[in-house]
Amino acid sequence: MTNDYGIRAGVRTITALVQDRPGVLARIAGMFRRRGFNIASLAVGRSESPGLSRMTFVVEGPQNIVALVAAQLDRLVEVVQVTDITDKNLVWRELALIKVRTTPETRSEIIELVGIFRVNVVDVAAESLTVEITGGQSKIDSLVKLLDEYGVQEVMRTGRVATLRGSLVTGGSDGEFEVGSIGMTDESGSGLGPVGDSGSV
Amino acid sequence: MSTKTGGQIVCESLIREGVDVVFGLPGGAILPLYGTLSEYPQLRHILVRHEQGAAHAADGYSRASGRVGVAFATSGPGATNLITGLATAMMDSVPVVAITGQVGRAGIGTDAFQETDITGATLPITKHNYLVMRASEIASTIKEAFHIASTGRPGPVLVDIPRDVFQESAEYVYPESLDLPGYRPPGAAAESEIAAAVEVINSAERPVILAGHGVIISRAYRELRELAEKAQIPVVTTLLGISCFPEDHVLSVGFPGMHGMAYASLALDHADALIAIGSRFDDRIVGDASRFSRGSRKVHIDIDPAEFNKNVRVDVTVMGDVRQVLDQLNPLVKRATHEEWVRHIEHLKAEHPSLRIPETDRLLGQQVIRSLSEVTKGRSVVVTGVGQHQMWAAQHYRFTRANSWLSSGGLGTMGYEVPAAMGAQVARPGELVWSVCGDGGFQMTMSELATVAENRLPVKYAILNNNHLGMITQWQDLFYNHDHQADAYTANPDFVKLAEAFGIKGLRVREQEEVVPAILAANNHPGPVVVDFVIDRVDHVYPMIPSGQSVEELIEEPL
Repeated sequence: MTNDYGIRAGVRTITALVQDRPGVLARIAGMFRRRGFNIASLAVGRSESPGLSRMTFVVEGPQNIVALVAAQLDRLVEVVQVTDITDKNLVWRELALIKVRTTPETRSEIIELVGIFRVNVVDVAAESLTVEITGGQSKIDSLVKLLDEYGVQEVMRTGRVATLRGSLVTGGSDGEFEVGSIGMTDESGSGLGPVGDSGSV
Repeated sequence: MSTKTGGQIVCESLIREGVDVVFGLPGGAILPLYGTLSEYPQLRHILVRHEQGAAHAADGYSRASGRVGVAFATSGPGATNLITGLATAMMDSVPVVAITGQVGRAGIGTDAFQETDITGATLPITKHNYLVMRASEIASTIKEAFHIASTGRPGPVLVDIPRDVFQESAEYVYPESLDLPGYRPPGAAAESEIAAAVEVINSAERPVILAGHGVIISRAYRELRELAEKAQIPVVTTLLGISCFPEDHVLSVGFPGMHGMAYASLALDHADALIAIGSRFDDRIVGDASRFSRGSRKVHIDIDPAEFNKNVRVDVTVMGDVRQVLDQLNPLVKRATHEEWVRHIEHLKAEHPSLRIPETDRLLGQQVIRSLSEVTKGRSVVVTGVGQHQMWAAQHYRFTRANSWLSSGGLGTMGYEVPAAMGAQVARPGELVWSVCGDGGFQMTMSELATVAENRLPVKYAILNNNHLGMITQWQDLFYNHDHQADAYTANPDFVKLAEAFGIKGLRVREQEEVVPAILAANNHPGPVVVDFVIDRVDHVYPMIPSGQSVEELIEEPL
């Protein structure tokens, strides 16, 4: 993927610690809009410190443009700290609720299929069921694509949250779904754009 | 600790911040604040005729004094009228605090009479803004507002206060400390950055300084001069950097870019090291970024890291306050003479006499400015609007005093000149303030002449009156095949009679020999004066580098 300048664009993950004040989200969103930066996803929630929220942005663009995003973010008075964590050792997740159409014939097939993804069925109705999936973007994209054959009625996604891995964390499975294992490429998914890898190390 | 109303707390807080003058215009939502003004005679309130005038006057006051300018306006249309002035201050990094009335708390969000979401509307054109919902939060908010406006890269801050919050009572204690965990303006630069900059400067054979508004904001005139003289580095200023370095200095090379001197643009082009100090590589300077000063290693010194590599890729960035950075840098810079390079610049100046004025019997704007410069010995405060008169003033006035040039650079706000000059005169009461106006911009804000007259501010207004939006005519000539649309004013008012209607002395000048006597007469008049310099034809401003081009496309000679 290239941007308007013909520079190969990547996807970068930026986290920001911001003061929890009225209007702070509008201020940040306004800055992105005005500077022409594209937010692929945004997740916001309270942080461990009272009065501070943490935001995770997924931003598309070449690295030098993303550096400008970070500088513009940091310039906002209510933004306490900005970190581009893309090149760090990090773990990230997003959550999706997917509502898929069912018939008596397909229901058990779907439940079996989603079982492979280690997801939870959170609601079952006569003609649909809703599953909850947590993981990297490509895992979610893969599931959405598979379920689409049965008729996906609604997808609700949270956007990415990410954190740095602590040093010397025990290896092994952390629940991350490996991108290659079901033969899906990471550009197979929805309109969120390509993601470099699953984020697992 | 004492109990006060919100309105009283605003006044007490402003006084604590050292404010002694406010430009404003009342309305329903801000009336409770005006209701407390009589208790605070130390706050001089200057009643403007339009809120845009209040914002520009606060801006002019701030630029001329180095202090924070303050504007008051009411909710809705009062607040929206501030917007052009706030955007002007934002683009040029000017510390202004605007206090606006808002509808009562219960009315917010109901589309109440004269309600506008002014904090929403001013998000992108203020450095920061606030909606204060409790009287107990006013003092800390105003303290933050002044701190944010005046430190780091300065800018406007708006504080919106609902009508009933002015009336609410609260305990008043002015806070001693600030709680701004996300706001840490840089001071001195990192040693590694200083070392990298020193390496570029010391190894250069053809260094040039590009000195911007940051030098003036940081009051780093002495430090800049020390750097330039120690290593014999020619100094090009940006448009807003004008008057940060004396123009009668042998190392002064004028300003570059679209209408700058050809030799200044060429100096940047021929340099092997470009040291940008408090400048943001505006497109009017850079033009085509891919062809801008290709042979130079670039050092960018700025307090705002968001400017680094935004418009032009640079080799070394130095984040910090300009004056502190120069204090760090200067002792490490080697003495040098750069004889050959300085001689080359002299040669460029001789070969490209960009300030030559055409010989003619007609009255020319360039000539008026040249005469003004000579009569005032380059020592007047000069305020301009935007357009041809602005470029002629920048080119032909030879500034010899620090911080004596006020102009709307970034936003390019026509009409800035009338109220901003008023603010500058309030800030520097004993000094000569000349506002150089176009007939177009003057008519945008001339209602402030009433304010000037009312407050007996002795501003001298020079209208370079060609009955045209002259820069529009020029662009239509050059880029729109002489297709003149909406560039002519065929029924301008009689500006002499207009001045007289405001109770202001009016003079008219049609001939070259009348220019100097009129300037002298204006200077000697104790009150405000409007001089209508009638220029009967639209001339073009040269040199000119067309938008987005480079020095290779520079048009030097008049057509």
